[in-house]
Amino acid sequence: MKAVKHGVYFWQGSEACAEAAILAGCRFFAGYPITPASEIAENLAKRLPQVGGIAIQMEDEIASVGAVIGASWAGAKAMTATSGPGFSLMQENIGYAFMTETPCVIVNVQRAGPSTGQATKCAQGDVMQARWGTHGDYSAIVLSPNSPQEMFTLTMRAFNLAEKYRTPVILLSDEVIAHMREKVAVPPVEKIEIINRKKPKADEKAFFGLVEVPPMPAVGEGFNVAVTGSTHDEYGIRFTSDPKVHRRLVERLNSKIQNHVEDIADVESYNVEDCRIGVVSYGCTSRAVYEAVENAVAQGVKTGYVRLKTLWPFPEKTIKKLAEKAEKIIVPEINLRQIFYEVERAAEGKAKVIPINKIGGGELIAPEEIMHKILEEAKKGDG
Amino acid sequence: MAEKFSVKKYLRDLKLPFCPGCGAFTVMDAFLRAVYELGYEDLSKFVFCSGIGCASWIPSPYFMADSIHTPHGRSIPVATGVKLLKPDLNVVVFGGDGDIAGIGLSHFIHAARRNLDILVIMVNNMVYGMTGGQVAPTTPLKAKTTTTPYGSFEYPLDAAKLAVAAGANYVARWTTAHPNQLKDAIKKAIHAKGFRFIEAVSQCPTAYGRKVGFRDAGEMIKWFRENAITIEQAEKLNEDGLAQKIVAGEFVERKRPTFVEAVYRIIEEAQKAEEN
Repeated sequence: MKAVKHGVYFWQGSEACAEAAILAGCRFFAGYPITPASEIAENLAKRLPQVGGIAIQMEDEIASVGAVIGASWAGAKAMTATSGPGFSLMQENIGYAFMTETPCVIVNVQRAGPSTGQATKCAQGDVMQARWGTHGDYSAIVLSPNSPQEMFTLTMRAFNLAEKYRTPVILLSDEVIAHMREKVAVPPVEKIEIINRKKPKADEKAFFGLVEVPPMPAVGEGFNVAVTGSTHDEYGIRFTSDPKVHRRLVERLNSKIQNHVEDIADVESYNVEDCRIGVVSYGCTSRAVYEAVENAVAQGVKTGYVRLKTLWPFPEKTIKKLAEKAEKIIVPEINLRQIFYEVERAAEGKAKVIPINKIGGGELIAPEEIMHKILEEAKKGDG
Repeated sequence: MAEKFSVKKYLRDLKLPFCPGCGAFTVMDAFLRAVYELGYEDLSKFVFCSGIGCASWIPSPYFMADSIHTPHGRSIPVATGVKLLKPDLNVVVFGGDGDIAGIGLSHFIHAARRNLDILVIMVNNMVYGMTGGQVAPTTPLKAKTTTTPYGSFEYPLDAAKLAVAAGANYVARWTTAHPNQLKDAIKKAIHAKGFRFIEAVSQCPTAYGRKVGFRDAGEMIKWFRENAITIEQAEKLNEDGLAQKIVAGEFVERKRPTFVEAVYRIIEEAQKAEEN
């Protein structure tokens, strides 16, 4: 068995992620065991060698991202997978990947934190860490799947965005989605879009600027590429004091993402144009929203939803549009308010933003809880 | 090899950043001489990975070559990814004692354990030089540094012995007072397989030497020369005697199967199993 064939499979989210990575062209995985993400490593340890790829286990998560970065500079599409504690350790090298514009995919299967927290229990507490986890100014791309099918499609998209924008991309999954088993449709090969990094022409020398997304050579190709996490000019030469070089580099690293929010930010929405109550959700929680909204609509409340498939860059315009229509926006999350504040900011006071939060023990927010909130808020009316 | 050796042949046209008298000049020279004597016209068959610290600046970006200047201590993990994907390239890691034996120590041990096919050159100046001379895991007991103003109260680490114990295929230690032996060890190591480790004991007159009583780099090199002993001589000394000495020479040379060989054998077996 090489890459998986067109068809419908009954896969666990982790399995869908691994198979999608292979189809996207990933040929290197390095990771460290951690609940609830180990299944991705286990699947790839079996599958990657079958397609000529490499899967190794490193001594920790720091080394895992390090090896992924090395593999990416050697020309491979590469990834790692972890959960909160490991994601914390990875932040140093993730920052390095941003600064050096190293395409790679980092999967974080969220569990309850802080610290060791509840290793086997679902959470959505790493939303802000995924955006701001490493130090300095940068813009992250963070995707949020809500089914095994999306573990498949968004893993592929993560690789494509990483290659297109030459940046690390974070697939922010959670314990429920990674462990859930559902139908996953694999499209025929000719229907699968695969983006590969832009390579330099033989005489090119600027791999870190001059254009928004510069071409990326691999080591060993004769380009004498100098890669550094220190502030560097277009040619990779360090400038550790020059304010202009720093601004030029770091502002471009941000603008190459922020100028393309329309391309990157993806949502699923329903009834946004004609709703009194809107619900904004993502990941495992969004599965309960479908049923809650359906029931609220059946009971005569004009309700709509926006489901964030991209968390970062934040789909601000979509939320703004929702706030212009809806009187109230309900934000259910398995954390103590994270994306809530971002929704509130984007709503600019045009709609009241109301949180539903629950944490611990892997308890999800039930459809009834969301529905009752919708009905209650609809009854209360404005303000 | 008719033309005379010149480091310039292998360097970018940039001013080197090292302080006057820094041992990094000697290590850079020894490495490039080794490369030259092995017949490499350029560094196109090499990839250099280095972390943070003065020694990490030896290749990055000064070598006219591919170089990856990683976060502090992370050169070996990055080199792991590079080497596995590009097994035909010589992957060489340069780092200081802080980078390799301090913050990056776990990676160093595990790479030696895996017998990863890279050459690690650790420039051991016994101090954190770039940050101004703080105590390092290699600082001799009782030495005064900026963070041990009353003298270091920790035992130093013997990275060469550790590499041998962890499984490296080749381990040697020389000093900047032994540039020829250092160069010859590098020559041997470049063409050996598996994990190769060379420790180059080196002087930092700026951030270490003057704090422990040396007037200049020359005095430090003299001290290295006078206090270097062979591995055989070291066997006769107790711990206190050894503390004053630098044990120089080749600690191990062996041919354990390497990590690259193991990884590619797995790929072959997995693909064969799939065909059947």
